Amino acid sequence: MMQLVLTVTAVVLSLAAGGAIIRIARGPSLLDRVLASDVLLAIVGAALCIDMAVNRHLNNLMLLVAVSLIGFVGSVTVARFVADRREKPRGS
Amino acid sequence: MDPETFSGDTVIDAVSAVFMVVGALMSLAAAVGLLRFPDLMTRMHAATKPQVLGLFLLLFALGLQMRTWWVWPVLVVAWIFQLLTVPVSAHMVGRAGYRTKHLHPELLSADELEAVVQQAAGKSGFSDDDGGATTDGR
Amino acid sequence: MSRKRISLRQELPLLVWLVIVWAALWQNFSPGNLLFGALIAVLVARLFYLPPVELGGRFNLLRAVPFGLHFLAKVVAASFQVLFLAVAKGPKVISAVVAVPLRSHSDLLVTATGHVTALIPGSLVVEVDRSTSTLYVHGINVRNAEDAAQLRKDVRNTEAGLIRIMGTKAELSALNQELDS
Repeated sequence: MMQLVLTVTAVVLSLAAGGAIIRIARGPSLLDRVLASDVLLAIVGAALCIDMAVNRHLNNLMLLVAVSLIGFVGSVTVARFVADRREKPRGS
Repeated sequence: MDPETFSGDTVIDAVSAVFMVVGALMSLAAAVGLLRFPDLMTRMHAATKPQVLGLFLLLFALGLQMRTWWVWPVLVVAWIFQLLTVPVSAHMVGRAGYRTKHLHPELLSADELEAVVQQAAGKSGFSDDDGGATTDGR
Repeated sequence: MSRKRISLRQELPLLVWLVIVWAALWQNFSPGNLLFGALIAVLVARLFYLPPVELGGRFNLLRAVPFGLHFLAKVVAASFQVLFLAVAKGPKVISAVVAVPLRSHSDLLVTATGHVTALIPGSLVVEVDRSTSTLYVHGINVRNAEDAAQLRKDVRNTEAGLIRIMGTKAELSALNQELDS
Protein backbone atom coordinates (compact mmCIF):
# COMPACT_ATOMS: atom_id res chain seq x y z
CA MET A 1 0.00 0.00 0.00
CA MET A 2 2.83 2.36 0.83
CA GLN A 3 4.19 1.97 -2.69
CA LEU A 4 0.86 3.04 -4.11
CA VAL A 5 0.77 6.07 -1.81
CA LEU A 6 4.29 6.94 -2.84
CA THR A 7 3.37 6.84 -6.52
CA VAL A 8 0.20 8.88 -6.09
CA THR A 9 1.85 11.56 -3.98
CA ALA A 10 4.85 11.68 -6.31
CA VAL A 11 2.58 12.40 -9.26
CA VAL A 12 0.54 14.99 -7.33
CA LEU A 13 3.63 16.77 -6.01
CA SER A 14 5.27 16.77 -9.43
CA LEU A 15 2.20 18.42 -10.92
CA ALA A 16 2.18 20.95 -8.10
CA ALA A 17 5.89 21.69 -8.55
CA GLY A 18 5.31 22.11 -12.27
CA GLY A 19 2.55 24.64 -11.62
CA ALA A 20 4.73 26.58 -9.20
CA ILE A 21 7.59 26.64 -11.69
CA ILE A 22 5.28 27.92 -14.43
CA ARG A 23 4.24 30.73 -12.10
CA ILE A 24 7.89 31.51 -11.32
CA ALA A 25 8.64 31.75 -15.02
CA ARG A 26 5.53 33.69 -15.96
CA GLY A 27 4.87 35.72 -12.81
CA PRO A 28 4.28 39.32 -13.81
CA SER A 29 5.96 40.74 -10.73
CA LEU A 30 8.75 39.90 -8.33
CA LEU A 31 6.30 39.23 -5.52
CA ASP A 32 4.50 36.61 -7.58
CA ARG A 33 7.79 34.85 -8.15
CA VAL A 34 8.68 34.98 -4.48
CA LEU A 35 5.29 33.56 -3.60
CA ALA A 36 5.67 30.77 -6.14
CA SER A 37 9.16 29.88 -4.95
CA ASP A 38 7.81 29.76 -1.42
CA VAL A 39 5.26 27.24 -2.62
CA LEU A 40 8.01 25.30 -4.37
CA LEU A 41 9.94 25.19 -1.09
CA ALA A 42 6.84 23.94 0.71
CA ILE A 43 6.46 21.22 -1.91
CA VAL A 44 10.07 20.16 -1.31
CA GLY A 45 9.25 20.01 2.40
CA ALA A 46 6.19 17.89 1.69
CA ALA A 47 8.27 15.53 -0.42
CA LEU A 48 10.84 15.18 2.39
CA CYS A 49 8.00 14.46 4.81
CA ILE A 50 6.47 11.78 2.62
CA ASP A 51 9.84 10.15 2.02
CA MET A 52 10.41 9.97 5.77
CA ALA A 53 6.94 8.57 6.43
CA VAL A 54 7.13 5.91 3.75
CA ASN A 55 10.66 4.77 4.53
CA ARG A 56 10.28 5.27 8.27
CA HIS A 57 13.34 7.30 9.06
CA LEU A 58 13.86 10.76 10.54
CA ASN A 59 17.05 11.86 8.81
CA ASN A 60 15.50 14.85 7.10
CA LEU A 61 13.46 16.26 9.96
CA MET A 62 15.90 19.06 10.75
CA LEU A 63 16.19 19.79 7.05
CA LEU A 64 12.41 20.18 6.96
CA VAL A 65 12.44 22.73 9.79
CA ALA A 66 15.37 24.55 8.19
CA VAL A 67 13.68 24.66 4.78
CA SER A 68 10.52 26.20 6.18
CA LEU A 69 12.50 28.79 8.15
CA ILE A 70 14.61 29.69 5.11
CA GLY A 71 11.44 30.16 3.08
CA PHE A 72 10.14 32.50 5.74
CA VAL A 73 13.32 34.59 5.93
CA GLY A 74 13.57 34.74 2.15
CA SER A 75 10.05 35.93 1.47
CA VAL A 76 10.11 38.48 4.30
CA THR A 77 13.40 39.93 3.04
CA VAL A 78 12.19 40.23 -0.53
CA ALA A 79 8.86 41.73 0.54
CA ARG A 80 10.70 44.33 2.55
CA PHE A 81 13.00 45.15 -0.36
CA VAL A 82 10.13 45.50 -2.81
CA ALA A 83 8.18 47.74 -0.48
CA ASP A 84 11.16 50.02 0.03
CA ARG A 85 12.13 50.38 -3.59
CA ARG A 86 8.72 51.08 -4.98
CA GLU A 87 7.51 53.51 -2.35
CA LYS A 88 10.08 56.22 -2.80
CA PRO A 89 9.09 57.56 -6.22
CA ARG A 90 5.45 57.50 -5.25
CA GLY A 91 5.91 59.24 -1.91
CA SER A 92 7.91 62.14 -3.22
CA MET B 1 8.43 -3.96 9.80
CA ASP B 2 7.15 -6.26 12.51
CA PRO B 3 6.16 -9.66 11.20
CA GLU B 4 2.75 -10.02 12.82
CA THR B 5 -0.02 -8.07 11.06
CA PHE B 6 -2.72 -7.17 13.52
CA SER B 7 -5.59 -4.98 12.43
CA GLY B 8 -4.50 -1.94 14.42
CA ASP B 9 -1.39 -1.68 12.31
CA THR B 10 -3.27 -1.69 9.03
CA VAL B 11 -5.71 0.90 10.34
CA ILE B 12 -2.81 3.19 11.26
CA ASP B 13 -1.28 2.58 7.86
CA ALA B 14 -4.53 3.38 6.10
CA VAL B 15 -5.08 6.59 8.08
CA SER B 16 -1.57 7.81 7.41
CA ALA B 17 -1.90 6.89 3.73
CA VAL B 18 -5.07 8.97 3.44
CA PHE B 19 -3.41 11.84 5.30
CA MET B 20 -0.41 11.75 3.00
CA VAL B 21 -2.50 11.81 -0.14
CA VAL B 22 -4.67 14.67 1.15
CA GLY B 23 -1.55 16.53 2.30
CA ALA B 24 -0.06 16.22 -1.17
CA LEU B 25 -3.37 17.39 -2.63
CA MET B 26 -3.03 20.56 -0.56
CA SER B 27 0.23 21.31 -2.36
CA LEU B 28 -1.58 20.77 -5.63
CA ALA B 29 -4.29 23.17 -4.43
CA ALA B 30 -1.60 25.78 -3.87
CA ALA B 31 -0.26 25.28 -7.40
CA VAL B 32 -3.71 25.38 -9.00
CA GLY B 33 -4.49 28.54 -7.08
CA LEU B 34 -1.20 30.09 -8.15
CA LEU B 35 -2.00 29.43 -11.77
CA ARG B 36 -5.68 30.30 -11.83
CA PHE B 37 -6.22 33.25 -9.52
CA PRO B 38 -6.12 36.69 -11.12
CA ASP B 39 -4.02 38.86 -8.81
CA LEU B 40 -1.34 38.64 -6.17
CA MET B 41 -3.60 38.82 -3.14
CA THR B 42 -5.90 36.01 -4.19
CA ARG B 43 -2.89 33.95 -5.18
CA MET B 44 -1.53 34.39 -1.69
CA HIS B 45 -4.65 32.85 -0.23
CA ALA B 46 -4.11 29.76 -2.30
CA ALA B 47 -0.34 29.66 -1.88
CA THR B 48 0.28 29.89 1.83
CA LYS B 49 -2.81 28.68 3.61
CA PRO B 50 -3.44 25.16 2.32
CA GLN B 51 0.19 24.44 3.20
CA VAL B 52 -0.65 24.78 6.87
CA LEU B 53 -3.13 21.93 6.64
CA GLY B 54 -0.89 20.04 4.21
CA LEU B 55 2.12 20.06 6.50
CA PHE B 56 -0.09 19.19 9.48
CA LEU B 57 -1.43 16.11 7.72
CA LEU B 58 1.99 15.03 6.48
CA LEU B 59 3.60 15.43 9.90
CA PHE B 60 0.71 13.56 11.47
CA ALA B 61 1.19 10.73 9.00
CA LEU B 62 4.91 10.71 9.75
CA GLY B 63 4.22 10.53 13.48
CA LEU B 64 1.81 7.65 12.94
CA GLN B 65 4.33 5.79 10.81
CA MET B 66 7.22 6.14 13.24
CA ARG B 67 5.29 4.69 16.19
CA THR B 68 7.57 6.17 18.83
CA TRP B 69 6.50 8.86 21.25
CA TRP B 70 9.60 11.02 21.13
CA VAL B 71 9.10 12.17 17.55
CA TRP B 72 5.84 13.92 18.41
CA PRO B 73 7.42 16.92 20.18
CA VAL B 74 9.67 17.56 17.19
CA LEU B 75 6.74 17.36 14.83
CA VAL B 76 4.69 19.70 17.00
CA VAL B 77 7.61 22.15 17.15
CA ALA B 78 8.00 22.01 13.37
CA TRP B 79 4.30 22.70 12.89
CA ILE B 80 4.24 25.52 15.44
CA PHE B 81 7.20 27.12 13.67
CA GLN B 82 5.13 27.04 10.52
CA LEU B 83 2.09 28.46 12.31
CA LEU B 84 4.21 31.34 13.57
CA THR B 85 6.02 32.11 10.34
CA VAL B 86 3.34 31.70 7.68
CA PRO B 87 1.13 34.62 8.77
CA VAL B 88 4.12 36.92 9.13
CA SER B 89 5.52 36.25 5.68
CA ALA B 90 2.03 36.34 4.18
CA HIS B 91 1.39 39.67 5.83
CA MET B 92 4.71 41.11 4.66
CA VAL B 93 4.21 39.99 1.07
CA GLY B 94 0.56 41.02 1.12
CA ARG B 95 1.35 44.46 2.46
CA ALA B 96 4.09 45.02 -0.08
CA GLY B 97 1.70 43.82 -2.77
CA TYR B 98 -1.05 46.15 -1.64
CA ARG B 99 1.23 49.14 -1.48
CA THR B 100 2.72 48.52 -4.88
CA LYS B 101 -0.81 48.20 -6.30
CA HIS B 102 -0.55 44.60 -7.24
CA LEU B 103 -4.28 44.13 -7.23
CA HIS B 104 -7.05 44.68 -9.67
CA PRO B 105 -9.56 47.16 -8.25
CA GLU B 106 -12.31 45.80 -10.46
CA LEU B 107 -12.05 42.48 -8.63
CA LEU B 108 -12.60 44.06 -5.22
CA SER B 109 -16.13 44.47 -3.99
CA ALA B 110 -14.99 46.82 -1.23
CA ASP B 111 -11.72 48.44 -0.21
CA GLU B 112 -11.90 50.05 3.19
CA LEU B 113 -8.16 50.54 3.44
CA GLU B 114 -7.88 52.73 0.36
CA ALA B 115 -9.32 55.85 1.98
CA VAL B 116 -7.15 55.44 5.07
CA VAL B 117 -4.02 55.07 2.96
CA GLN B 118 -4.91 58.10 0.86
CA GLN B 119 -5.46 60.16 3.98
CA ALA B 120 -2.18 59.05 5.54
CA ALA B 121 -0.31 59.66 2.29
CA GLY B 122 -1.75 63.16 2.05
CA LYS B 123 -0.82 63.95 5.60
CA SER B 124 2.77 62.82 5.89
CA GLY B 125 4.09 61.54 2.60
CA PHE B 126 4.34 57.81 2.33
CA SER B 127 6.16 57.20 5.55
CA ASP B 128 7.64 53.89 6.45
CA ASP B 129 5.33 52.79 9.20
CA ASP B 130 6.08 49.45 10.65
CA GLY B 131 4.70 50.36 13.94
CA GLY B 132 7.91 52.40 13.64
CA ALA B 133 6.54 55.21 15.72
CA THR B 134 5.84 52.86 18.56
CA THR B 135 9.14 51.01 18.59
CA ASP B 136 11.02 54.27 18.65
CA GLY B 137 9.39 55.08 21.92
CA ARG B 138 11.01 52.22 23.71
CA MET C 1 18.41 52.10 26.75
CA SER C 2 16.20 51.74 29.73
CA ARG C 3 15.97 48.09 30.52
CA LYS C 4 12.99 47.22 32.59
CA ARG C 5 13.69 44.22 34.73
CA ILE C 6 11.39 41.42 33.82
CA SER C 7 10.16 39.22 36.57
CA LEU C 8 10.87 35.53 36.27
CA ARG C 9 7.16 34.81 36.16
CA GLN C 10 6.76 36.98 33.08
CA GLU C 11 9.70 35.31 31.43
CA LEU C 12 8.69 31.79 32.29
CA PRO C 13 6.58 31.00 29.19
CA LEU C 14 9.46 32.01 26.92
CA LEU C 15 11.95 29.92 28.90
CA VAL C 16 9.69 26.87 28.94
CA TRP C 17 9.16 27.20 25.19
CA LEU C 18 12.92 27.47 24.57
CA VAL C 19 13.59 24.37 26.68
CA ILE C 20 10.90 22.43 24.82
CA VAL C 21 12.38 23.44 21.46
CA TRP C 22 15.85 22.46 22.63
CA ALA C 23 14.78 19.06 23.87
CA ALA C 24 12.61 18.42 20.83
CA LEU C 25 15.41 19.26 18.42
CA TRP C 26 17.79 16.93 20.27
CA GLN C 27 14.97 14.39 20.57
CA ASN C 28 16.18 13.75 24.07
CA PHE C 29 14.03 14.41 27.12
CA SER C 30 16.45 13.17 29.78
CA PRO C 31 16.77 15.38 32.90
CA GLY C 32 20.37 16.27 32.11
CA ASN C 33 19.52 17.54 28.67
CA LEU C 34 16.54 19.49 30.01
CA LEU C 35 18.76 21.12 32.64
CA PHE C 36 21.37 22.09 30.07
CA GLY C 37 18.59 23.41 27.84
CA ALA C 38 17.24 25.51 30.70
CA LEU C 39 20.74 26.93 31.27
CA ILE C 40 21.03 27.90 27.62
CA ALA C 41 17.50 29.31 27.63
CA VAL C 42 18.30 31.62 30.54
CA LEU C 43 21.55 32.65 28.87
CA VAL C 44 19.83 33.39 25.57
CA ALA C 45 17.03 35.32 27.24
CA ARG C 46 19.59 37.42 29.10
CA LEU C 47 21.95 38.05 26.18
CA PHE C 48 19.41 38.68 23.45
CA TYR C 49 17.06 40.91 25.31
CA LEU C 50 13.62 41.40 23.81
CA PRO C 51 10.86 43.68 24.99
CA PRO C 52 8.70 41.58 27.26
CA VAL C 53 5.39 40.33 25.97
CA GLU C 54 2.70 41.64 28.24
CA LEU C 55 0.60 38.65 29.06
CA GLY C 56 -2.89 39.00 30.41
CA GLY C 57 -1.95 37.01 33.48
CA ARG C 58 -4.43 34.25 32.91
CA PHE C 59 -4.75 31.30 30.60
CA ASN C 60 -7.90 29.25 30.39
CA LEU C 61 -7.04 25.76 29.20
CA LEU C 62 -10.68 24.71 29.24
CA ARG C 63 -11.44 27.32 26.63
CA ALA C 64 -8.21 26.83 24.70
CA VAL C 65 -8.80 23.19 23.75
CA PRO C 66 -12.21 23.73 22.06
CA PHE C 67 -10.83 26.86 20.45
CA GLY C 68 -7.93 24.86 19.01
CA LEU C 69 -10.23 22.16 17.71
CA HIS C 70 -12.60 24.72 16.25
CA PHE C 71 -9.63 26.45 14.61
CA LEU C 72 -8.45 23.18 13.10
CA ALA C 73 -11.91 22.38 11.75
CA LYS C 74 -12.11 25.85 10.24
CA VAL C 75 -8.70 25.47 8.60
CA VAL C 76 -9.75 22.16 7.06
CA ALA C 77 -13.07 23.53 5.79
CA ALA C 78 -11.53 26.72 4.43
CA SER C 79 -8.64 24.89 2.75
CA PHE C 80 -11.08 22.86 0.72
CA GLN C 81 -13.12 25.97 0.03
CA VAL C 82 -10.07 27.71 -1.43
CA LEU C 83 -9.30 24.60 -3.49
CA PHE C 84 -12.88 24.65 -4.78
CA LEU C 85 -12.66 28.35 -5.59
CA ALA C 86 -9.38 27.86 -7.44
CA VAL C 87 -10.84 25.11 -9.57
CA ALA C 88 -14.36 26.45 -10.10
CA LYS C 89 -14.11 30.23 -10.07
CA GLY C 90 -10.50 30.85 -10.98
CA PRO C 91 -9.88 34.25 -12.54
CA LYS C 92 -13.37 35.58 -11.83
CA VAL C 93 -13.16 35.47 -8.06
CA ILE C 94 -14.19 38.66 -6.25
CA SER C 95 -12.56 39.72 -3.02
CA ALA C 96 -12.53 42.72 -0.70
CA VAL C 97 -10.43 44.54 1.86
CA VAL C 98 -12.48 44.91 5.02
CA ALA C 99 -11.66 47.01 8.07
CA VAL C 100 -12.25 45.11 11.29
CA PRO C 101 -12.13 47.18 14.47
CA LEU C 102 -11.09 45.00 17.40
CA ARG C 103 -12.19 45.32 21.00
CA SER C 104 -8.83 44.80 22.64
CA HIS C 105 -5.93 47.21 22.56
CA SER C 106 -3.29 44.85 23.90
CA ASP C 107 -0.53 44.00 21.43
CA LEU C 108 -0.65 40.34 22.30
CA LEU C 109 -4.32 39.93 21.50
CA VAL C 110 -4.18 41.97 18.31
CA THR C 111 -1.20 39.89 17.16
CA ALA C 112 -2.85 36.62 18.11
CA THR C 113 -6.08 37.58 16.36
CA GLY C 114 -4.16 38.60 13.26
CA HIS C 115 -2.24 35.32 13.30
CA VAL C 116 -5.32 33.17 13.64
CA THR C 117 -7.13 35.20 10.99
CA ALA C 118 -4.22 34.87 8.61
CA LEU C 119 -3.90 31.14 9.22
CA ILE C 120 -7.51 30.45 8.29
CA PRO C 121 -7.57 30.27 4.50
CA GLY C 122 -9.62 32.91 2.76
CA SER C 123 -8.58 35.81 4.95
CA LEU C 124 -5.31 37.67 5.06
CA VAL C 125 -4.21 40.59 7.20
CA VAL C 126 -2.98 43.34 4.89
CA GLU C 127 -2.43 46.13 7.34
CA VAL C 128 -2.66 46.72 11.06
CA ASP C 129 -3.48 50.06 12.60
CA ARG C 130 -2.04 49.77 16.05
CA SER C 131 -3.33 53.05 17.42
CA THR C 132 -6.97 52.11 16.84
CA SER C 133 -6.28 48.35 16.81
CA THR C 134 -7.97 47.87 13.49
CA LEU C 135 -7.12 44.98 11.22
CA TYR C 136 -7.51 45.41 7.49
CA VAL C 137 -8.39 41.97 6.25
CA HIS C 138 -8.33 40.87 2.64
CA GLY C 139 -11.02 38.26 2.20
CA ILE C 140 -11.37 36.01 -0.80
CA ASN C 141 -14.79 35.47 -2.38
CA VAL C 142 -16.33 38.47 -0.57
CA ARG C 143 -18.84 39.61 -3.16
CA ASN C 144 -21.12 42.00 -1.32
CA ALA C 145 -21.69 43.85 1.93
CA GLU C 146 -23.25 40.81 3.59
CA ASP C 147 -20.16 38.70 2.99
CA ALA C 148 -18.03 41.53 4.32
CA ALA C 149 -20.17 41.73 7.45
CA GLN C 150 -19.85 37.98 7.87
CA LEU C 151 -16.06 38.20 7.58
CA ARG C 152 -15.99 41.01 10.14
CA LYS C 153 -18.13 38.94 12.48
CA ASP C 154 -15.86 35.92 12.07
CA VAL C 155 -12.74 37.88 12.94
CA ARG C 156 -14.43 39.45 15.96
CA ASN C 157 -15.59 36.02 17.10
CA THR C 158 -12.01 34.80 16.86
CA GLU C 159 -10.96 37.71 19.01
CA ALA C 160 -13.70 36.95 21.54
CA GLY C 161 -12.44 33.39 21.77
CA LEU C 162 -8.89 34.59 22.35
CA ILE C 163 -10.03 37.05 25.00
CA ARG C 164 -11.77 34.20 26.79
CA ILE C 165 -8.52 32.22 26.68
CA MET C 166 -5.94 34.80 27.64
CA GLY C 167 -7.41 38.29 27.81
CA THR C 168 -7.13 40.36 30.94
CA LYS C 169 -9.98 40.38 33.44
CA ALA C 170 -11.07 43.85 32.35
CA GLU C 171 -11.31 42.77 28.72
CA LEU C 172 -13.22 39.66 29.69
CA SER C 173 -15.83 41.54 31.69
CA ALA C 174 -16.18 44.10 28.89
CA LEU C 175 -16.76 41.24 26.46
CA ASN C 176 -19.36 39.64 28.72
CA GLN C 177 -21.17 42.95 29.12
CA GLU C 178 -21.22 43.44 25.37
CA LEU C 179 -22.63 39.98 24.77
CA ASP C 180 -25.27 40.39 27.48
CA SER C 181 -26.62 43.62 26.16
